[in-house]
Amino acid sequence: MYLRALLLLLITALPLQAEEVVLGMSSDTISITTSFDGSELLIFGAVKREEPIPSEDTLEVIIAVQGPKEPLTLRRKEKKFGIWINADAVEIDLAPSFYAISTSGPFGDILSEVEDLRHKVSIPRAIRSVGAPMTVTDSQSFTEALIRIRTNNELYQLNENAVSFDEQTLFRTSIALPSDLTEGDYKTRILLTRSGKVVSSFETELDVRKVGLEKFLFDLSRQQPLVYGILSLTIAILAGWGASAIFQVFRRQ
Amino acid sequence: MHIYLPIAEVSVNAFVLLGLGGLVGVLSGMFGVGGGFLMTPLLFFIGIPPAVAVATEANQIVASSFSGVLAHFKRKTVDLKMGSILLVGGLIGAALGVWLFNYLKSMGQVDLLVKLCYVVFLGIIGSLMFIESLNAIRRSKKSTTTATKRRDRTWVHALPFKMRFRTSGLYISIIPPILVGLFVGVLAAIMGVGGGFVMVPAMIYILGMPTKVVIGTSLFQIIFVTGFTTLLHATTNYTVDMALAVLLLVGGVIGAQIGARVGVHLKAEQLRILLAIMVMGVCFKLALDLLLMPSELYSIAAAGGH
Repeated sequence: MYLRALLLLLITALPLQAEEVVLGMSSDTISITTSFDGSELLIFGAVKREEPIPSEDTLEVIIAVQGPKEPLTLRRKEKKFGIWINADAVEIDLAPSFYAISTSGPFGDILSEVEDLRHKVSIPRAIRSVGAPMTVTDSQSFTEALIRIRTNNELYQLNENAVSFDEQTLFRTSIALPSDLTEGDYKTRILLTRSGKVVSSFETELDVRKVGLEKFLFDLSRQQPLVYGILSLTIAILAGWGASAIFQVFRRQ
Repeated sequence: MHIYLPIAEVSVNAFVLLGLGGLVGVLSGMFGVGGGFLMTPLLFFIGIPPAVAVATEANQIVASSFSGVLAHFKRKTVDLKMGSILLVGGLIGAALGVWLFNYLKSMGQVDLLVKLCYVVFLGIIGSLMFIESLNAIRRSKKSTTTATKRRDRTWVHALPFKMRFRTSGLYISIIPPILVGLFVGVLAAIMGVGGGFVMVPAMIYILGMPTKVVIGTSLFQIIFVTGFTTLLHATTNYTVDMALAVLLLVGGVIGAQIGARVGVHLKAEQLRILLAIMVMGVCFKLALDLLLMPSELYSIAAAGGH
């Protein structure tokens, strides 16, 4: 009985991870203002250890920043009646609005297939799509298209060897955030891997928010659409009236 | 200077928007056209989502029409009675148009609808304007003007529900004006235009209204129809971008005044040909997008399209 309790105590007291991440970020909130034109996010940190560096294999770092997930519809154009129009559509259950992975080495080498499946790190794993309608036989190509389009817009990024990792202890990377960022909580994960296995992970949140006038207008348009619409019209009418009044003054001179 | 548009959720150069507003404003001031039919496709080209472009442009037209109608009220060239009848049709049409717009949006076909409408209308207007201004130049060279004959009694006069319109000096059925208004309302909702380019010829040739009250009356109708459209889009689609509208407004208002002044000193026929070519160019570009195989066949939309 005593022995069992002691054992239990030992297990819980043991550090779960021999190597831990201590993290810093250039900012933990990104404010989308009227002049927002993309931003650079600096992520840096260190690996904390109680013991000397294990000698077997080198430690690697994977940093993944993931925007809020949302369901999407993907449509494919087809030529009908001589013009290109949307035909087949596939629903994607959940896809991150933004997803950037930075690694300290080639992705395939530092994270095994199995570990990727478990931790859902790579871009295709971060997207969840369940079923396509019966009429669509190649639903895979829709997911590929989603990744392709978002990669072209820098919304999905795989930056291999972009994390500089000194002495297996200090790491730093910078991630380019594009201008068309969706607001929400951005999950930031740091995974330490050795021989393709995740040995430690750390998670924090980056807050991306519209602020100031941006926030006011956006919130008003969603919460009080009628007030927003009337306000738009009032501005338009005042501007139209003001313009004719001002130029009337000019004309008289 | 880049500016992040809160509703369109894209970052655009503010000077490009001011410039576009100004350019279209100059054209509208010079030719007395609303400019919506040029502005909306230009907004597509700079990457504003079509749904946002259409709704925001409707909002902008309210401003330019309001500015215009004030001058016409002063000159007493607004037929309020006829305007109200046109407006009744316009409001019904706008509601129908927004309903159609939202239905096709949920089907993923709204971009196609908007672009198709533009190709058809810009094509027709561009070529008509081109031919007309060529004829005008030819006429001015020969310096002989052929008077247009107006038929006194048409099918319009045979319809029931007649009403007297004193300002226009007409006694006609209210059915044709309601239908004209309805058609223009649908166009306003789908294309983000005032629809003056359809309404003005219809008022002259179908309703037989005197030319001097046509512009003022159409502006009167356009203010309310585009205003109603703006409200409908704002409450059902959340696609009216106030920041975008204000930038376009500022450019447009200044441009219109410059255009009105410049237009007086220039030869209208030659300019009209330029405008016609521009309209056909925009039409051609939109048509190419529909006809040529796009480089990216796939597109991303919010789930369900709601």
